[in-house]
Amino acid sequence: MEFFHQNLSYFLSGISVGGQYALIAIGYTMVYGILRLINFAHGDVFMCAGLMMVYLSSTLPFTITIPLVLLLTVLLGFVIERVAYMPLRSAPRMSVMISAIGVSYLLQNAALYFTGGLAKVYPEIPFLSNSIVIWDATTRVVTIVTPFLTVVLVILLTLLIKHTKIGMAMRAVSRDFETSQLMGIKINRVISTTFMIGSLLASVASLLYFTNYASVTPTSGAMPGLKAFVAAVFGGIGSIPGAVIGAFIIGICENIIKGGASIFGIPGSGWTTFSDAFTFAFLIVILVVKPTGLFGEKAVDKV
Amino acid sequence: MKNLLELEHVTMQFGGVVAVNDLSMHVDENEIVALIGPNGAGKTTAFNCITGVYEPSNGKISYDGKCIIANHPSGKMAKLYAGKEHEMYLGGKVLAPTPDEITKLGIARTFQNIRLFKSMNVFDNVLTAMHVRAKANLFSSVFRLSWKEEKEMRDATEKLLKEQNLWEMRAEEATSLPYGLQRRLEIARALATRPKLLLLDEPAAGMNPQETQELASFIKEIKERYGLTVLMIEHHMDLVMNISDRIYVLDFGSLIAEGTPEEVQSNQRVIDAYLGVAENV
Amino acid sequence: MEKEKRNNLIMTFIAIALVYLVVFILELTLRPTSIVFTVLRKGAIYSLVAVSMNLLNGFTGLFSLGQAGFMLLGAYTYAILTIPTEVKQSDRVYRYYDAVINFDTGVFVALIAAGLVAAFFAFLIGLPVLRLKSDYLAIATLGFAEIIRAIFQWDVLGPLTNGANLLREFKDLSRITLPFSDIPFPPTLFVFIVAGVCILLVVLLINSSYGRAFKAIRDDEVAAEAMGINLFKHKEMSFVISSFFAGISGALLAMFQYTVQAQQFRTMLTYEILLIVVIGGIGSISGSCIASFLYIALSEWWLRGLDMGTFLGINAPELFRSGFRRLVFSVIIMIIVLFFSKGIMGDKEISFERMKHLFRKKRKAKGADA
Repeated sequence: MEFFHQNLSYFLSGISVGGQYALIAIGYTMVYGILRLINFAHGDVFMCAGLMMVYLSSTLPFTITIPLVLLLTVLLGFVIERVAYMPLRSAPRMSVMISAIGVSYLLQNAALYFTGGLAKVYPEIPFLSNSIVIWDATTRVVTIVTPFLTVVLVILLTLLIKHTKIGMAMRAVSRDFETSQLMGIKINRVISTTFMIGSLLASVASLLYFTNYASVTPTSGAMPGLKAFVAAVFGGIGSIPGAVIGAFIIGICENIIKGGASIFGIPGSGWTTFSDAFTFAFLIVILVVKPTGLFGEKAVDKV
Repeated sequence: MKNLLELEHVTMQFGGVVAVNDLSMHVDENEIVALIGPNGAGKTTAFNCITGVYEPSNGKISYDGKCIIANHPSGKMAKLYAGKEHEMYLGGKVLAPTPDEITKLGIARTFQNIRLFKSMNVFDNVLTAMHVRAKANLFSSVFRLSWKEEKEMRDATEKLLKEQNLWEMRAEEATSLPYGLQRRLEIARALATRPKLLLLDEPAAGMNPQETQELASFIKEIKERYGLTVLMIEHHMDLVMNISDRIYVLDFGSLIAEGTPEEVQSNQRVIDAYLGVAENV
Repeated sequence: MEKEKRNNLIMTFIAIALVYLVVFILELTLRPTSIVFTVLRKGAIYSLVAVSMNLLNGFTGLFSLGQAGFMLLGAYTYAILTIPTEVKQSDRVYRYYDAVINFDTGVFVALIAAGLVAAFFAFLIGLPVLRLKSDYLAIATLGFAEIIRAIFQWDVLGPLTNGANLLREFKDLSRITLPFSDIPFPPTLFVFIVAGVCILLVVLLINSSYGRAFKAIRDDEVAAEAMGINLFKHKEMSFVISSFFAGISGALLAMFQYTVQAQQFRTMLTYEILLIVVIGGIGSISGSCIASFLYIALSEWWLRGLDMGTFLGINAPELFRSGFRRLVFSVIIMIIVLFFSKGIMGDKEISFERMKHLFRKKRKAKGADA
């Protein structure tokens, strides 16, 4: 209890960051489930949502900016899929992954050009940026809002996948691409929808994430993107609840490490550089112990 | 005659589905044995167990008098297991070699849907398969210290291709060959690993009657020339009846008959399995 | 046929010797600060990394994204080993730490060590990861590169890596001498020789029995395994060898840059190299080399104006400002990835036979016109 109380603020921000990772991770896991593609550009879509917010909010009020950013990010996700992935539908999987890396490279360089390589200050969104005090720990409203918002969005998404026609189509496509095509499912529509949902969640995540971090750079999408991907692998890639749980665990662990507890006799501050590396050490451990992740299924290749 | 391959109580279960159930069979040296049965009877699964692609859930496989694969239900499978002879191999040691180790022992195979090396020409497809018998290590191979061996491999490939009448097309892309020749190339590639036992998975699939007939004499010929033992899965009954010494019949994963072609042909259960049986209402 | 093959081989050797001769002559005649040398040196270094990545991605079919990490290992190993002992003991480089490595080695030993350290780490990573599906390899190697970068900046390891600070004063290109003497060695030629020898080794490997096994794995894992090729062993081999050469190229990059800092070896670097491989053609060694030189020449020389305000005589500082070059580059790359996915060479190699063929075709076309 003592440990918990001392590290409360790290714990809270861990849960909050975990929620943001979860929203990004869903985009990865859904796309992987359907296309077997690691969408390397997803983290950069998240970064672009942040930059859009910076540029738009300088002229427009928040009531317009926020919906506009959500809309534009969805559009961006849609366009990326149509331009960079759809033409390669029948190409080998490596080509699609290379295309994803190309998109990532393009988005980062575009951002570098438009920002001039400078960190852009993220606007203070009223209410979300306010500070509050919980159990002696000062934090921002966004920290408290994030986990609840994440859970609500995940529940909505699960309902969508379970009970709507497009959701059913998604499940069918992720189960068997070719057969569902033969059954008359419009594959391209399903895939576009998947990308749009992923981008929408990423843009929500960017609102929450950058409110906490206060600045956006062209590479600020890379790290959260990679960590979210690790979360998706940890949860069992293709599984949405897995990705969410994985993301929360990674978020919390990472912040505790950053936080201070002295481990192996090296004081907390010594581990700060290491907190990014932690996620990947964790990834290697997962791959050794249980490569299918928490809820993943083992695929058997037919010979 | 010596017993080359022996399966004892081999069971392969995927989740709740028992694909091969308590299969016991043997193949003697210099025999041609056929494994037949309706679609989905578990023939290819049995092949995959023998070649190490799948790890059987239970049972034992011996080759040349030595046990090479053995397993018993454990872990999750211990609870799920629905096959026979559950207790028989409990506590025994588990042997699960990978496919390449099986190939090194002298068992080669072909595939139901042809799997040639797409980017290579005919010559390289066969030459690549010689790698398994090469003794050169990485160093001597890179620095061409083993050029003698390399030359031997090339000569052997040339000889093999000439014997299979594939020498003329040696420089062509493997996948550009006509279907029948691709099958033959796949067999040639399997022979390049210098097997004693050759497993053919539906070698006549997609062939017309004339090609099938040619294949029959081809199989007999390579069997004599290389001193092979052949185990094959086949649907073309005329091919099977023509060249097999013995036949095993599988249905729903279980063995329902075995014997010479004549015996199998007149077996009532086999006829029922292939034609369906009138149900007693 | 055999004779023709041998003739082609001889011709290729003569062509390569000519390239080296030209480099040597350039080095004797041009100003040492000329941009040509930057392009040649960096181009040769990038060729080596691109080839090492192609060995993995193009010839073995393993999608790995760890090249930057292995280069970092090579660069640091080289720098740490060749900083002279008296510099290590003074506070010119290790200002905040006491250096633990208290000896220095020659260039050759350090280069080999750079490769070996990278190869050793690749071996460790490969043990768990190469048994899994290849998607996991991509993400695990990408993750590994990030871990390595973080660890090398970690101040607990400061006595070894100098923390987040620069490493300097090691034996860079300006300090290369002829063996056992003080006569300076032409730096560009040196880079060409090291990179050339390494690429030659990769070519020999690819055309050996093991190289064929790698290609078999790329074409069809199941069939390769059924032909007796041990998947794990051969994948590990390819991965370790590729990382060995990535390590050496990292060391060369360090020599070229005169300083080393972990910050430089970001994921972006790996992406850049992967895209060079794609431009050159996945599965073509000569393609990778051509693409590297082309890429470096474009970005360091011919398209510099895109960043500087004036390009092709058009003066538009608003448009042509810092970062525009890279933006143009990424658009070109996307076009190549989407519409010319075979790259410059496809999976073929450049050869005299093909060139002759090409010429003959052209001549024929001309003849038809007349």
